[in-house]
Amino acid sequence: MARVQLKRKRVVLPEKYVLVILTVLCVGFMILTLTTDVVSTILSGVAGYTIIPFENGLTEIGTRVNNRMEDLKEVRTVLSENEALRARVAELEQKNNELTADRYELSNLRELFQLNMEYADYEKIGARVTGKDPGNWYSVFVIDKGTSDGVGVDMNVISGSGLVGIVTKVGPNWAQVRSIIDDTSNVSGMVLSTADNLMVTGNLQSMQKGDIDFSQLNDGEGKVAVGDKVVTSDISDRYLPGISIGYISSVKTDPNNLTKSGKITPLVDFEHLDVVLVITRTKDTGEAADETDN
Amino acid sequence: MRRIIELIAVIICFVLQCTFFQAVSFAGIVPNLLIILTSCAGFIGGRRDGMITGFAAGLLIDIFYGRLIGINALIFLYIGYVNGFGNRVFYPEDVKFPMVFIALSDISCLFLQYFSGFLFRARLELPYYFAHIMIPEIIYTMVVTIIIYMPVRSLVNRIYVSRREIQ
Repeated sequence: MARVQLKRKRVVLPEKYVLVILTVLCVGFMILTLTTDVVSTILSGVAGYTIIPFENGLTEIGTRVNNRMEDLKEVRTVLSENEALRARVAELEQKNNELTADRYELSNLRELFQLNMEYADYEKIGARVTGKDPGNWYSVFVIDKGTSDGVGVDMNVISGSGLVGIVTKVGPNWAQVRSIIDDTSNVSGMVLSTADNLMVTGNLQSMQKGDIDFSQLNDGEGKVAVGDKVVTSDISDRYLPGISIGYISSVKTDPNNLTKSGKITPLVDFEHLDVVLVITRTKDTGEAADETDN
Repeated sequence: MRRIIELIAVIICFVLQCTFFQAVSFAGIVPNLLIILTSCAGFIGGRRDGMITGFAAGLLIDIFYGRLIGINALIFLYIGYVNGFGNRVFYPEDVKFPMVFIALSDISCLFLQYFSGFLFRARLELPYYFAHIMIPEIIYTMVVTIIIYMPVRSLVNRIYVSRREIQ
């Protein structure tokens, strides 16, 4: 015991100083992320190689457990319906589930393939969603492809039937995607039938109901109606033109009597995203890429 | 050693929060596992442990899901620090005490996140956010706390309390 005590006396910094140091560190990080992307790049790299492997593994397990749970649920209903054929039915149901899962995947992939045809002139890579925002304020998720796969900031992300969001941060093996329903998202859109421009803005209140807001629609002749398709506009500086966003579900005239606003039902099911496509081409606006995103 | 265990706990909670708990969310609301961890580290281990756990947890959120690195780290850092003051009056046998502390921590965290991320963008519908985001999250976090507190306590006791008795 005596030897252990003799070995070394640790200098312990009082808590107050630790607090001050860490506070300064936080504020320093904030200032540095606002001015340069050095901190972001370094931390993204380090964290990417330590956390992402866990997350990928757990997502895999989660998907399997989820499938398993759905199997069990199915089996239980069958049991109550027909006790005599319990064993047989369970077995068949099990098989059926496997096939349904396969078919679900098949239709999913078919949809993606069709989409691939639709936006055929863009280079795309597929990515899996590995994690979602730990809080309840934002709609941000992480995918398993990063700079080493050619993913970069400001690349558009699509899925199933339409626009999902935009890449806002990349690490070597992961990327952060902000979906268009996020409270801080702004997309310049266009009504397909009349070519009128509008602003598609994510909003937390609408997000919970599964809608996106739109505003600043200049439609003097009143041609835009519920059910019209909205796509990304040609004048957007970060979104490629012609990607489907959704259908207008309600329109109302603003108090200024000039513009209209309302809600859009998105084409993408944001609750159940598992595979997305990243368009590996950013929109070239001819300007320097130093513009900060909003 | 203690720091390593804390960091591992943060990583495990963070990964669970982003993957497993997203799958078990009710109406899009997920419980805040990282607040439970930060708060527990604070009142079981002390101010220093609370600070370091909170800082690590917040930083991870910022790196992967934030826009401004450091803001969540700052929020969690202070929550961990303040929880550390509860260390003096904490008895592991009492379940009500951690419940109250975790609930208060979650409320403060949500309000700070609202002020830092929403208020300054002129999102003023605080009553809506309070009813539809904050209250559900706190309730869900409480439920998770009740479920995991007992097993976690016995584990944590082995790391922290036994050590304190030796000293």
